[in-house]
Amino acid sequence: MYTEPIIEVDKLVVQYGDRIILKGIDLTVQQGEIMVIMGASGSGKSTLLRSLLGLNRPASGRVRLLGKDIYTISLQKLYELRRQIGVAFQNGALLGSLSVGDNVQLPLQEHTELDKKTMAIMTRMKLEVVNLSGFEHLMPSELSGGMVKRTALARAVIMDPKMLFFDEPSAGLDPIVAAEIDELILLLRQAMNITVVVVTHELHSAFKIADRITVLDQGEILMTGTVEEIRNSDNERIQNLLHRRPRREVIDADKYLRQLTGEV
Amino acid sequence: MDYQIHTTDPFTVIALSGEVDLKFSPKAREQILKYLGKNSHVLVDLSGVSYIDSSGVASLVEGLQYAKNKTLKFALVGVSRAAMQVLQIAKLDQVFTIYDTIGDAQAD
Repeated sequence: MYTEPIIEVDKLVVQYGDRIILKGIDLTVQQGEIMVIMGASGSGKSTLLRSLLGLNRPASGRVRLLGKDIYTISLQKLYELRRQIGVAFQNGALLGSLSVGDNVQLPLQEHTELDKKTMAIMTRMKLEVVNLSGFEHLMPSELSGGMVKRTALARAVIMDPKMLFFDEPSAGLDPIVAAEIDELILLLRQAMNITVVVVTHELHSAFKIADRITVLDQGEILMTGTVEEIRNSDNERIQNLLHRRPRREVIDADKYLRQLTGEV
Repeated sequence: MDYQIHTTDPFTVIALSGEVDLKFSPKAREQILKYLGKNSHVLVDLSGVSYIDSSGVASLVEGLQYAKNKTLKFALVGVSRAAMQVLQIAKLDQVFTIYDTIGDAQAD
């Protein structure tokens, strides 16, 4: 068993041009843990997720997965590491020209030399886990939103990854289907001892599945803690998020006037 | 992964050990299909397996179906708690015949 943190983020700064999106993030995730990253829109949570996946080269700081700095290791080692990662994107990111079964099987075809029969059995096993048994011949255009998410989940776990990353797994789903996705995440963690990172703004899901929650606001971590600790936090910005209080924006009147008149 | 083969009437026992994963499961599959192809009843002993992933389980599934088609016995023995969880999540604990010991399999 891996005793070090599976995921370590150390003073991570990410910029898009002159805009600093992440302002020095420190974060660790232990093996088998479900870490939920929450925050309002624009808080930087999706940027943080992309950084964890090696998709945003940082301005400074480090991201380590399984002890390896993903922005300095060789491409070969990064490739090997990515085989141990499963990602389920917000919109599923299924390939429209492939059936459900072929979408799920795609990582096996790309990254292994397993026999076709073995791959087919593995695919059907994972479709059974996500309650899509018998749907392997459907095309993505024939799927409901919940079915798309479940197909994406099956594909994300087809290679039994050590880490699983979800971007808004419940977004756009009705409460019943969202609850089913939550249950699947918990089931997979229990059965496969996977480490899971979930980015979401769905409070109900976050509280249901999280071992710990990290709350982001304007590119900074406000707090990392258990569900209880987050709920009981006396940080006003966290309480605004939990109770869905709109932000009160303080306007710089002169700047706003110049902006409106184009004199900025 | 390593494996050892021995005969315990009426079974050929394929004792797997170590990790049965993407890299090594093809070897397990090869041995399972080899002895079923020789019309042996097969017991797969998993007591020495520290980890089995979906590819390893898929090899067992393929062996079971092959055996059924040829009216041969195919069962698992010595399934650890971790391996059982992998079977359970795919509902395969209800599909395989699982024994605690080889003696139990012989007595059945």
